[in-house]
Amino acid sequence: MQRKLSLKASLLFIFLIPFMSMAGGDTPKTDKKSEIKAYIQHHLQDSYDFSLFSYTTEDGSHKYVGAPLPVILWDNGLVVFASSKFHHGETVAEVDGNFYKLYHNKIYKTDALGTINYDDHQHPTNLKPLDLSITKGVVMILITALLMFFLFRGLARSYAQNKGIATGTGRFFEPIVLYIRDDIAIPNIGQKKHMRYMPFLLTVFFFVWFLNIFGLTPLGVNVTGNIAVTTALAIMTFLITNFTGTKDYWKHIFDPLGDSMPWYGKVPLYIILIPIEVLGVFIKPFSLLIRLYANMQAGHIVLMSLIGLMFIFKSWLGSPLSFGLAFAISLIEILVALLQAYIFTMLSALYFGFASEEHDHHDEAHAH
Amino acid sequence: MEKLLEDFSLGLFVWQTVLFVGLLFLLKKYAWGPILSAVNEREAGIKDALNLAEKAKMEMENLQADNQKLLKEARAEREAMLKEARELKSSMIESAKTEAKEEANKLVANAQAAIETEKKAAIADLKSVVAELSISIAETVVREELSDKSKQEKLVESMLKDATLN
Repeated sequence: MQRKLSLKASLLFIFLIPFMSMAGGDTPKTDKKSEIKAYIQHHLQDSYDFSLFSYTTEDGSHKYVGAPLPVILWDNGLVVFASSKFHHGETVAEVDGNFYKLYHNKIYKTDALGTINYDDHQHPTNLKPLDLSITKGVVMILITALLMFFLFRGLARSYAQNKGIATGTGRFFEPIVLYIRDDIAIPNIGQKKHMRYMPFLLTVFFFVWFLNIFGLTPLGVNVTGNIAVTTALAIMTFLITNFTGTKDYWKHIFDPLGDSMPWYGKVPLYIILIPIEVLGVFIKPFSLLIRLYANMQAGHIVLMSLIGLMFIFKSWLGSPLSFGLAFAISLIEILVALLQAYIFTMLSALYFGFASEEHDHHDEAHAH
Repeated sequence: MEKLLEDFSLGLFVWQTVLFVGLLFLLKKYAWGPILSAVNEREAGIKDALNLAEKAKMEMENLQADNQKLLKEARAEREAMLKEARELKSSMIESAKTEAKEEANKLVANAQAAIETEKKAAIADLKSVVAELSISIAETVVREELSDKSKQEKLVESMLKDATLN
Protein backbone atom coordinates (compact mmCIF):
# COMPACT_ATOMS: atom_id res chain seq x y z
CA MET A 1 0.00 0.00 0.00
CA GLN A 2 2.75 2.39 1.01
CA ARG A 3 4.73 1.61 -2.15
CA LYS A 4 1.69 2.03 -4.32
CA LEU A 5 1.03 5.43 -2.79
CA SER A 6 4.56 6.68 -3.31
CA LEU A 7 4.42 5.46 -6.91
CA LYS A 8 1.25 7.43 -7.45
CA ALA A 9 2.81 10.50 -5.88
CA SER A 10 5.83 10.35 -8.15
CA LEU A 11 3.57 9.94 -11.16
CA LEU A 12 1.74 13.07 -10.12
CA PHE A 13 5.01 14.98 -9.92
CA ILE A 14 5.89 13.91 -13.43
CA PHE A 15 2.48 15.17 -14.49
CA LEU A 16 3.23 18.45 -12.82
CA ILE A 17 6.47 19.21 -14.69
CA PRO A 18 4.88 20.81 -17.78
CA PHE A 19 2.85 23.10 -15.54
CA MET A 20 5.94 24.21 -13.69
CA SER A 21 7.75 24.97 -16.93
CA MET A 22 4.70 26.90 -18.04
CA ALA A 23 4.86 28.87 -14.83
CA GLY A 24 8.42 29.84 -15.61
CA GLY A 25 7.41 32.06 -18.50
CA ASP A 26 8.97 35.45 -19.11
CA THR A 27 5.99 37.48 -17.86
CA PRO A 28 6.74 39.57 -14.77
CA LYS A 29 5.73 38.15 -11.40
CA THR A 30 3.25 40.88 -10.47
CA ASP A 31 1.48 40.41 -13.75
CA LYS A 32 1.04 36.73 -13.03
CA LYS A 33 -0.44 37.48 -9.62
CA SER A 34 -3.02 39.91 -10.90
CA GLU A 35 -3.75 37.63 -13.80
CA ILE A 36 -4.50 34.75 -11.41
CA LYS A 37 -6.63 37.06 -9.27
CA ALA A 38 -8.63 38.16 -12.29
CA TYR A 39 -8.94 34.58 -13.43
CA ILE A 40 -10.35 33.48 -10.08
CA GLN A 41 -12.76 36.44 -10.08
CA HIS A 42 -13.84 35.50 -13.56
CA HIS A 43 -14.29 31.88 -12.63
CA LEU A 44 -16.46 32.64 -9.63
CA GLN A 45 -18.92 34.55 -11.76
CA ASP A 46 -21.44 33.22 -14.16
CA SER A 47 -20.49 33.45 -17.80
CA TYR A 48 -22.33 34.04 -21.06
CA ASP A 49 -20.51 31.26 -22.89
CA PHE A 50 -19.50 27.74 -21.96
CA SER A 51 -15.75 28.02 -22.28
CA LEU A 52 -13.67 25.07 -21.17
CA PHE A 53 -10.30 26.82 -21.24
CA SER A 54 -8.50 29.67 -22.94
CA TYR A 55 -4.94 30.21 -24.07
CA THR A 56 -2.86 32.96 -25.58
CA THR A 57 -1.53 32.49 -29.09
CA GLU A 58 1.94 33.58 -30.16
CA ASP A 59 0.65 36.82 -31.64
CA GLY A 60 -0.84 37.72 -28.22
CA SER A 61 -4.53 37.20 -28.88
CA HIS A 62 -6.73 35.10 -26.55
CA LYS A 63 -8.23 31.92 -27.90
CA TYR A 64 -11.21 30.35 -26.15
CA VAL A 65 -12.26 26.74 -26.44
CA GLY A 66 -15.93 26.13 -25.75
CA ALA A 67 -19.40 26.82 -27.02
CA PRO A 68 -21.35 30.10 -27.21
CA LEU A 69 -24.70 30.23 -25.40
CA PRO A 70 -27.87 32.13 -26.30
CA VAL A 71 -28.24 35.63 -24.88
CA ILE A 72 -31.88 36.51 -24.21
CA LEU A 73 -32.71 40.16 -23.43
CA TRP A 74 -35.95 42.06 -22.99
CA ASP A 75 -35.39 45.47 -24.51
CA ASN A 76 -38.76 46.73 -25.78
CA GLY A 77 -39.20 43.25 -27.24
CA LEU A 78 -37.40 39.98 -27.12
CA VAL A 79 -33.78 40.08 -28.26
CA VAL A 80 -32.00 36.77 -28.80
CA PHE A 81 -28.49 36.28 -30.14
CA ALA A 82 -25.50 34.02 -29.62
CA SER A 83 -22.97 35.10 -27.03
CA SER A 84 -20.22 34.67 -29.60
CA LYS A 85 -21.22 38.13 -30.86
CA PHE A 86 -19.55 39.68 -27.81
CA HIS A 87 -16.24 37.99 -28.57
CA HIS A 88 -15.72 37.64 -24.84
CA GLY A 89 -16.35 41.29 -24.20
CA GLU A 90 -13.95 42.49 -26.85
CA THR A 91 -16.55 43.71 -29.32
CA VAL A 92 -19.98 45.31 -29.32
CA ALA A 93 -22.88 43.09 -30.35
CA GLU A 94 -25.28 44.63 -32.83
CA VAL A 95 -28.82 43.29 -33.01
CA ASP A 96 -31.50 45.03 -35.09
CA GLY A 97 -29.84 48.41 -34.76
CA ASN A 98 -29.33 48.15 -31.00
CA PHE A 99 -25.85 47.81 -29.53
CA TYR A 100 -24.98 45.78 -26.46
CA LYS A 101 -21.68 45.54 -24.67
CA LEU A 102 -20.40 43.07 -22.12
CA TYR A 103 -18.76 45.04 -19.36
CA HIS A 104 -17.66 43.43 -16.07
CA ASN A 105 -19.76 40.40 -16.92
CA LYS A 106 -22.92 42.45 -17.34
CA ILE A 107 -24.71 43.46 -20.50
CA TYR A 108 -25.21 47.20 -21.10
CA LYS A 109 -26.93 48.98 -23.92
CA THR A 110 -24.45 51.24 -25.67
CA ASP A 111 -23.90 53.17 -28.83
CA ALA A 112 -22.19 51.70 -31.85
CA LEU A 113 -18.74 52.32 -30.36
CA GLY A 114 -19.55 50.67 -27.06
CA THR A 115 -19.04 53.77 -24.92
CA ILE A 116 -19.66 53.23 -21.22
CA ASN A 117 -20.58 56.33 -19.21
CA TYR A 118 -19.72 56.42 -15.53
CA ASP A 119 -21.21 58.22 -12.57
CA ASP A 120 -19.17 59.69 -9.67
CA HIS A 121 -18.61 56.25 -8.08
CA GLN A 122 -17.23 54.71 -11.27
CA HIS A 123 -20.52 52.85 -11.84
CA PRO A 124 -21.76 52.63 -15.41
CA THR A 125 -24.89 54.69 -16.05
CA ASN A 126 -25.78 52.88 -19.28
CA LEU A 127 -29.16 51.16 -19.57
CA LYS A 128 -29.24 47.52 -18.45
CA PRO A 129 -31.86 45.52 -20.36
CA LEU A 130 -33.66 42.70 -18.52
CA ASP A 131 -31.30 39.77 -18.94
CA LEU A 132 -32.71 36.25 -19.14
CA SER A 133 -29.76 34.69 -20.94
CA ILE A 134 -29.00 30.99 -20.85
CA THR A 135 -25.69 31.35 -19.06
CA LYS A 136 -23.19 28.69 -18.10
CA GLY A 137 -24.93 28.38 -14.75
CA VAL A 138 -28.34 27.90 -16.36
CA VAL A 139 -26.86 25.23 -18.62
CA MET A 140 -25.45 23.41 -15.61
CA ILE A 141 -28.79 23.66 -13.80
CA LEU A 142 -30.47 22.20 -16.87
CA ILE A 143 -27.92 19.40 -17.12
CA THR A 144 -28.31 18.62 -13.41
CA ALA A 145 -32.10 18.68 -13.69
CA LEU A 146 -32.02 16.29 -16.65
CA LEU A 147 -29.53 14.03 -14.91
CA MET A 148 -31.66 13.92 -11.78
CA PHE A 149 -34.84 13.34 -13.74
CA PHE A 150 -33.47 10.37 -15.66
CA LEU A 151 -31.57 8.99 -12.68
CA PHE A 152 -34.50 8.96 -10.30
CA ARG A 153 -37.11 8.06 -12.86
CA GLY A 154 -34.87 5.10 -13.62
CA LEU A 155 -34.81 4.23 -9.94
CA ALA A 156 -38.60 4.54 -9.74
CA ARG A 157 -39.00 2.29 -12.76
CA SER A 158 -36.57 -0.31 -11.50
CA TYR A 159 -38.90 -1.02 -8.58
CA ALA A 160 -41.71 -2.00 -10.88
CA GLN A 161 -39.45 -4.12 -13.05
CA ASN A 162 -37.64 -5.90 -10.25
CA LYS A 163 -40.39 -6.65 -7.73
CA GLY A 164 -39.69 -3.73 -5.42
CA ILE A 165 -35.89 -3.96 -5.36
CA ALA A 166 -33.73 -1.25 -6.90
CA THR A 167 -31.26 -2.11 -9.64
CA GLY A 168 -28.14 -0.45 -11.08
CA THR A 169 -27.28 3.05 -9.89
CA GLY A 170 -30.50 3.02 -7.88
CA ARG A 171 -28.76 0.67 -5.47
CA PHE A 172 -26.46 3.56 -4.60
CA PHE A 173 -29.10 6.28 -4.41
CA GLU A 174 -31.87 4.36 -2.66
CA PRO A 175 -30.10 4.29 0.73
CA ILE A 176 -29.57 8.06 0.45
CA VAL A 177 -33.26 8.59 -0.29
CA LEU A 178 -34.09 6.42 2.71
CA TYR A 179 -31.56 8.28 4.86
CA ILE A 180 -33.24 11.58 4.03
CA ARG A 181 -36.59 10.09 4.93
CA ASP A 182 -35.57 8.24 8.10
CA ASP A 183 -32.89 10.53 9.53
CA ILE A 184 -33.77 14.00 8.24
CA ALA A 185 -37.50 14.21 7.49
CA ILE A 186 -39.10 11.93 10.08
CA PRO A 187 -37.10 13.07 13.16
CA ASN A 188 -37.62 16.75 12.34
CA ILE A 189 -41.11 16.84 10.87
CA GLY A 190 -42.70 13.73 12.32
CA GLN A 191 -44.14 10.53 10.93
CA LYS A 192 -47.53 12.08 10.24
CA LYS A 193 -46.59 15.03 8.04
CA HIS A 194 -43.19 14.22 6.56
CA MET A 195 -44.53 12.86 3.26
CA ARG A 196 -45.72 16.35 2.34
CA TYR A 197 -42.19 17.75 2.44
CA MET A 198 -40.26 14.75 1.12
CA PRO A 199 -40.30 15.77 -2.59
CA PHE A 200 -38.77 19.16 -1.81
CA LEU A 201 -36.19 17.78 0.62
CA LEU A 202 -35.08 15.05 -1.78
CA THR A 203 -34.97 17.40 -4.75
CA VAL A 204 -33.04 20.10 -2.91
CA PHE A 205 -30.56 17.62 -1.43
CA PHE A 206 -29.63 15.96 -4.71
CA PHE A 207 -29.76 19.23 -6.62
CA VAL A 208 -27.33 20.96 -4.29
CA TRP A 209 -25.12 17.91 -3.93
CA PHE A 210 -24.82 17.30 -7.67
CA LEU A 211 -24.17 20.96 -8.44
CA ASN A 212 -21.56 21.11 -5.66
CA ILE A 213 -19.84 18.09 -7.17
CA PHE A 214 -20.05 19.59 -10.67
CA GLY A 215 -18.35 22.66 -9.25
CA LEU A 216 -15.33 20.51 -8.42
CA THR A 217 -14.97 19.13 -11.93
CA PRO A 218 -12.71 20.83 -14.47
CA LEU A 219 -15.86 22.22 -16.10
CA GLY A 220 -15.34 24.98 -13.56
CA VAL A 221 -18.94 25.87 -12.89
CA ASN A 222 -19.77 27.65 -9.70
CA VAL A 223 -23.54 27.36 -9.54
CA THR A 224 -24.17 26.70 -5.85
CA GLY A 225 -21.56 29.35 -5.10
CA ASN A 226 -23.72 31.89 -6.87
CA ILE A 227 -25.88 33.99 -4.60
CA ALA A 228 -28.78 34.15 -7.06
CA VAL A 229 -29.08 30.36 -7.02
CA THR A 230 -28.85 29.98 -3.26
CA THR A 231 -31.33 32.84 -2.84
CA ALA A 232 -33.81 31.06 -5.09
CA LEU A 233 -33.41 27.86 -3.07
CA ALA A 234 -33.75 29.63 0.26
CA ILE A 235 -36.85 31.51 -0.92
CA MET A 236 -38.36 28.15 -1.78
CA THR A 237 -37.73 26.93 1.76
CA PHE A 238 -39.11 30.21 3.13
CA LEU A 239 -42.30 29.98 1.07
CA ILE A 240 -42.93 26.34 1.90
CA THR A 241 -42.28 26.96 5.60
CA ASN A 242 -44.73 29.85 5.81
CA PHE A 243 -47.41 28.50 3.51
CA THR A 244 -47.59 25.24 5.38
CA GLY A 245 -47.40 26.94 8.79
CA THR A 246 -50.02 25.77 11.25
CA LYS A 247 -52.00 27.88 13.68
CA ASP A 248 -49.47 26.97 16.36
CA TYR A 249 -46.59 28.18 14.22
CA TRP A 250 -48.12 31.62 13.76
CA LYS A 251 -49.19 31.73 17.37
CA HIS A 252 -45.61 31.01 18.35
CA ILE A 253 -44.52 34.06 16.37
CA PHE A 254 -47.23 36.55 17.32
CA ASP A 255 -48.18 35.27 20.76
CA PRO A 256 -45.13 33.41 22.07
CA LEU A 257 -46.11 33.69 25.74
CA GLY A 258 -49.59 32.33 25.23
CA ASP A 259 -51.86 32.19 28.26
CA SER A 260 -49.04 32.29 30.77
CA MET A 261 -49.48 36.05 31.24
CA PRO A 262 -52.38 38.56 31.23
CA TRP A 263 -52.63 40.80 28.15
CA TYR A 264 -51.45 44.00 29.92
CA GLY A 265 -48.28 42.16 30.93
CA LYS A 266 -47.66 40.90 27.45
CA VAL A 267 -47.99 44.23 25.62
CA PRO A 268 -44.67 45.79 26.70
CA LEU A 269 -42.84 42.51 26.18
CA TYR A 270 -44.34 41.98 22.77
CA ILE A 271 -43.07 45.34 21.55
CA ILE A 272 -39.66 43.66 21.61
CA LEU A 273 -40.54 39.99 21.23
CA ILE A 274 -42.72 40.10 18.13
CA PRO A 275 -40.21 41.99 15.96
CA ILE A 276 -37.53 39.49 17.02
CA GLU A 277 -39.74 36.54 16.14
CA VAL A 278 -40.72 38.10 12.82
CA LEU A 279 -37.08 38.83 12.07
CA GLY A 280 -36.31 35.19 12.88
CA VAL A 281 -38.69 34.05 10.18
CA PHE A 282 -36.56 35.87 7.61
CA ILE A 283 -33.18 35.20 9.18
CA LYS A 284 -33.63 31.43 9.04
CA PRO A 285 -33.77 31.17 5.22
CA PHE A 286 -31.26 34.01 4.92
CA SER A 287 -28.74 31.98 6.91
CA LEU A 288 -29.40 29.08 4.54
CA LEU A 289 -28.60 31.10 1.45
CA ILE A 290 -25.52 32.75 2.93
CA ARG A 291 -24.16 29.48 4.35
CA LEU A 292 -24.34 27.58 1.07
CA TYR A 293 -23.12 30.51 -1.00
CA ALA A 294 -20.21 31.34 1.27
CA ASN A 295 -19.07 27.75 1.71
CA MET A 296 -19.03 26.96 -1.97
CA GLN A 297 -17.57 30.33 -2.94
CA ALA A 298 -14.83 30.02 -0.31
CA GLY A 299 -14.02 26.48 -1.38
CA HIS A 300 -13.57 27.58 -4.97
CA ILE A 301 -11.44 30.57 -3.99
CA VAL A 302 -9.14 28.49 -1.77
CA LEU A 303 -8.78 25.74 -4.33
CA MET A 304 -8.09 28.09 -7.21
CA SER A 305 -5.69 30.18 -5.15
CA LEU A 306 -3.70 27.09 -4.25
CA ILE A 307 -3.60 26.00 -7.88
CA GLY A 308 -2.57 29.56 -8.79
CA LEU A 309 0.23 29.37 -6.21
CA MET A 310 1.82 26.61 -8.25
CA PHE A 311 2.44 29.10 -11.03
CA ILE A 312 3.71 31.79 -8.69
CA PHE A 313 6.17 29.58 -6.82
CA LYS A 314 8.59 28.67 -9.50
CA SER A 315 10.60 26.39 -7.24
CA TRP A 316 10.80 22.64 -6.92
CA LEU A 317 9.74 22.94 -3.32
CA GLY A 318 6.85 25.40 -3.44
CA SER A 319 4.95 24.09 -6.43
CA PRO A 320 4.68 20.46 -5.28
CA LEU A 321 3.76 21.74 -1.85
CA SER A 322 0.93 23.86 -3.15
CA PHE A 323 -0.11 20.99 -5.39
CA GLY A 324 -0.29 18.72 -2.37
CA LEU A 325 -2.32 21.33 -0.53
CA ALA A 326 -4.66 21.79 -3.48
CA PHE A 327 -5.10 18.04 -3.66
CA ALA A 328 -5.91 17.81 0.05
CA ILE A 329 -8.35 20.72 -0.21
CA SER A 330 -10.01 19.02 -3.19
CA LEU A 331 -10.64 15.97 -1.04
CA ILE A 332 -12.07 18.15 1.71
CA GLU A 333 -14.21 19.97 -0.86
CA ILE A 334 -15.75 16.66 -1.92
CA LEU A 335 -16.77 16.19 1.69
CA VAL A 336 -17.98 19.79 1.93
CA ALA A 337 -20.08 19.29 -1.21
CA LEU A 338 -22.00 16.53 0.54
CA LEU A 339 -22.00 18.27 3.90
CA GLN A 340 -23.48 21.52 2.59
CA ALA A 341 -26.21 19.65 0.73
CA TYR A 342 -26.93 17.77 3.95
CA ILE A 343 -27.00 20.93 6.05
CA PHE A 344 -29.30 22.75 3.65
CA THR A 345 -31.71 19.81 3.63
CA MET A 346 -31.45 19.22 7.36
CA LEU A 347 -32.15 22.86 8.25
CA SER A 348 -35.00 23.08 5.74
CA ALA A 349 -36.51 20.00 7.37
CA LEU A 350 -36.03 21.60 10.77
CA TYR A 351 -37.86 24.76 9.68
CA PHE A 352 -40.64 22.68 8.13
CA GLY A 353 -40.82 20.85 11.43
CA PHE A 354 -41.37 24.14 13.27
CA ALA A 355 -44.02 25.17 10.77
CA SER A 356 -46.00 21.94 10.84
CA GLU A 357 -45.78 21.40 14.58
CA GLU A 358 -49.02 21.06 16.45
CA HIS A 359 -48.83 21.21 20.21
CA ASP A 360 -51.08 19.40 22.52
CA HIS A 361 -51.88 22.52 24.50
CA HIS A 362 -53.01 20.89 27.68
CA ASP A 363 -49.80 18.98 28.18
CA GLU A 364 -47.12 20.93 26.41
CA ALA A 365 -48.10 24.56 26.81
CA HIS A 366 -45.79 25.04 29.76
CA ALA A 367 -42.93 23.08 28.35
CA HIS A 368 -42.13 25.91 25.94
CA MET B 1 -22.77 43.68 0.60
CA GLU B 2 -22.86 46.16 -2.25
CA LYS B 3 -20.74 43.82 -4.33
CA LEU B 4 -23.03 40.95 -3.45
CA LEU B 5 -26.04 42.89 -4.67
CA GLU B 6 -24.19 43.89 -7.80
CA ASP B 7 -23.24 40.28 -8.46
CA PHE B 8 -26.84 39.19 -8.04
CA SER B 9 -28.01 38.08 -11.45
CA LEU B 10 -31.75 38.36 -11.81
CA GLY B 11 -31.71 36.20 -14.95
CA LEU B 12 -30.01 33.34 -13.16
CA PHE B 13 -32.42 33.73 -10.25
CA VAL B 14 -35.43 33.51 -12.54
CA TRP B 15 -34.05 30.53 -14.43
CA GLN B 16 -33.09 28.75 -11.22
CA THR B 17 -36.57 29.26 -9.77
CA VAL B 18 -38.37 28.15 -12.92
CA LEU B 19 -36.15 25.14 -13.53
CA PHE B 20 -36.11 24.06 -9.90
CA VAL B 21 -39.88 24.27 -9.51
CA GLY B 22 -40.28 22.39 -12.79
CA LEU B 23 -37.83 19.76 -11.65
CA LEU B 24 -39.55 19.51 -8.29
CA PHE B 25 -42.93 18.77 -9.83
CA LEU B 26 -41.58 16.43 -12.47
CA LEU B 27 -39.60 14.46 -9.92
CA LYS B 28 -42.52 14.42 -7.53
CA LYS B 29 -44.72 12.88 -10.18
CA TYR B 30 -42.28 10.55 -11.91
CA ALA B 31 -39.66 9.76 -9.30
CA TRP B 32 -40.21 10.55 -5.63
CA GLY B 33 -43.84 9.48 -5.54
CA PRO B 34 -43.25 6.06 -7.12
CA ILE B 35 -39.95 5.58 -5.24
CA LEU B 36 -41.39 6.36 -1.83
CA SER B 37 -44.55 4.35 -2.40
CA ALA B 38 -42.51 1.40 -3.67
CA VAL B 39 -40.23 1.59 -0.67
CA ASN B 40 -43.17 1.89 1.70
CA GLU B 41 -44.88 -1.03 0.03
CA ARG B 42 -41.74 -3.09 0.31
CA GLU B 43 -41.33 -2.19 3.97
CA ALA B 44 -44.95 -3.08 4.66
CA GLY B 45 -44.39 -6.35 2.80
CA ILE B 46 -41.36 -7.15 4.91
CA LYS B 47 -43.26 -6.32 8.07
CA ASP B 48 -46.16 -8.54 7.03
CA ALA B 49 -43.84 -11.36 6.13
CA LEU B 50 -42.12 -11.10 9.49
CA ASN B 51 -45.45 -11.10 11.32
CA LEU B 52 -46.59 -14.06 9.28
CA ALA B 53 -43.41 -15.95 10.05
CA GLU B 54 -43.85 -15.20 13.73
CA LYS B 55 -47.43 -16.44 13.57
CA ALA B 56 -46.42 -19.58 11.72
CA LYS B 57 -43.75 -20.23 14.31
CA MET B 58 -46.30 -19.87 17.10
CA GLU B 59 -48.71 -22.20 15.33
CA MET B 60 -45.95 -24.70 14.81
CA GLU B 61 -45.12 -24.52 18.48
CA ASN B 62 -48.75 -25.05 19.39
CA LEU B 63 -48.95 -27.95 17.01
CA GLN B 64 -45.87 -29.48 18.48
CA ALA B 65 -47.22 -29.08 21.98
CA ASP B 66 -50.44 -30.75 20.86
CA ASN B 67 -48.51 -33.58 19.30
CA GLN B 68 -46.51 -34.01 22.45
CA LYS B 69 -49.70 -34.12 24.46
CA LEU B 70 -51.27 -36.67 22.14
CA LEU B 71 -48.17 -38.79 22.23
CA LYS B 72 -48.09 -38.66 25.99
CA GLU B 73 -51.73 -39.64 26.17
CA ALA B 74 -51.22 -42.49 23.76
CA ARG B 75 -48.26 -43.70 25.71
CA ALA B 76 -50.22 -43.59 28.95
CA GLU B 77 -53.08 -45.44 27.33
CA ARG B 78 -50.78 -48.11 26.03
CA GLU B 79 -49.19 -48.40 29.41
CA ALA B 80 -52.61 -48.82 31.04
CA MET B 81 -53.65 -51.39 28.47
CA LEU B 82 -50.50 -53.37 28.96
CA LYS B 83 -50.94 -53.24 32.68
CA GLU B 84 -54.50 -54.41 32.38
CA ALA B 85 -53.50 -57.25 30.09
CA ARG B 86 -50.72 -58.24 32.41
CA GLU B 87 -53.13 -58.26 35.33
CA LEU B 88 -55.66 -60.22 33.33
CA LYS B 89 -53.01 -62.75 32.39
CA SER B 90 -51.82 -63.24 35.90
CA SER B 91 -55.34 -63.52 37.23
CA MET B 92 -56.22 -66.02 34.49
CA ILE B 93 -53.16 -68.08 35.27
CA GLU B 94 -53.97 -67.88 38.93
CA SER B 95 -57.53 -68.99 38.47
CA ALA B 96 -56.50 -71.74 36.07
CA LYS B 97 -53.95 -72.90 38.56
CA THR B 98 -56.42 -73.09 41.43
CA GLU B 99 -59.01 -74.72 39.22
CA ALA B 100 -56.48 -77.31 38.07
CA LYS B 101 -55.41 -77.91 41.61
CA GLU B 102 -58.97 -78.37 42.71
CA GLU B 103 -59.61 -80.70 39.82
CA ALA B 104 -56.52 -82.69 40.61
CA ASN B 105 -57.42 -82.87 44.22
CA LYS B 106 -60.85 -84.04 43.28
CA LEU B 107 -59.41 -86.65 40.91
CA VAL B 108 -57.00 -87.84 43.53
CA ALA B 109 -59.79 -88.03 46.07
CA ASN B 110 -61.98 -89.95 43.62
CA ALA B 111 -59.14 -92.28 42.79
CA GLN B 112 -58.44 -92.84 46.40
CA ALA B 113 -62.09 -93.57 47.03
CA ALA B 114 -62.14 -95.96 44.08
CA ILE B 115 -58.97 -97.65 45.25
CA GLU B 116 -60.50 -97.97 48.69
CA THR B 117 -63.64 -99.59 47.37
CA GLU B 118 -61.61 -101.79 45.01
CA LYS B 119 -59.38 -102.77 47.89
CA LYS B 120 -62.37 -103.53 50.07
CA ALA B 121 -63.90 -105.58 47.27
CA ALA B 122 -60.64 -107.40 46.67
CA ILE B 123 -60.25 -108.10 50.37
CA ALA B 124 -63.81 -109.38 50.49
CA ASP B 125 -63.16 -111.51 47.44
CA LEU B 126 -59.95 -112.77 48.90
CA LYS B 127 -61.74 -113.53 52.17
CA SER B 128 -64.37 -115.55 50.41
CA VAL B 129 -61.73 -117.36 48.32
CA VAL B 130 -59.67 -118.09 51.47
CA ALA B 131 -62.77 -119.22 53.21
CA GLU B 132 -63.70 -121.50 50.34
CA LEU B 133 -60.12 -122.75 50.12
CA SER B 134 -59.94 -123.36 53.80
CA ILE B 135 -63.24 -125.12 53.71
CA SER B 136 -62.10 -127.27 50.81
CA ILE B 137 -58.83 -127.99 52.58
CA ALA B 138 -60.63 -128.63 55.66
CA GLU B 139 -62.94 -130.96 53.75
CA THR B 140 -60.02 -132.77 52.21
CA VAL B 141 -58.22 -132.95 55.52
CA VAL B 142 -61.28 -133.94 57.36
CA ARG B 143 -61.96 -136.59 54.82
CA GLU B 144 -58.47 -137.96 55.09
CA GLU B 145 -58.21 -137.65 58.80
CA LEU B 146 -61.40 -139.22 59.44
CA SER B 147 -60.05 -142.39 58.21
CA ASP B 148 -57.53 -142.59 60.98
CA LYS B 149 -58.29 -141.35 64.37
CA SER B 150 -54.83 -140.49 65.51
CA LYS B 151 -54.06 -138.85 62.34
CA GLN B 152 -57.17 -136.79 62.66
CA GLU B 153 -56.08 -135.54 65.93
CA LYS B 154 -52.58 -134.79 64.76
CA LEU B 155 -53.89 -132.82 61.83
CA VAL B 156 -56.18 -130.77 63.88
CA GLU B 157 -53.42 -130.03 66.19
CA SER B 158 -51.02 -128.88 63.47
CA MET B 159 -53.68 -126.89 61.77
CA LEU B 160 -54.46 -125.14 64.89
CA LYS B 161 -50.86 -124.43 65.36
CA ASP B 162 -50.59 -122.90 61.95
CA ALA B 163 -53.72 -120.96 62.45
CA THR B 164 -52.42 -119.25 65.53
CA LEU B 165 -49.20 -118.49 63.74
CA ASN B 166 -51.03 -117.06 60.90
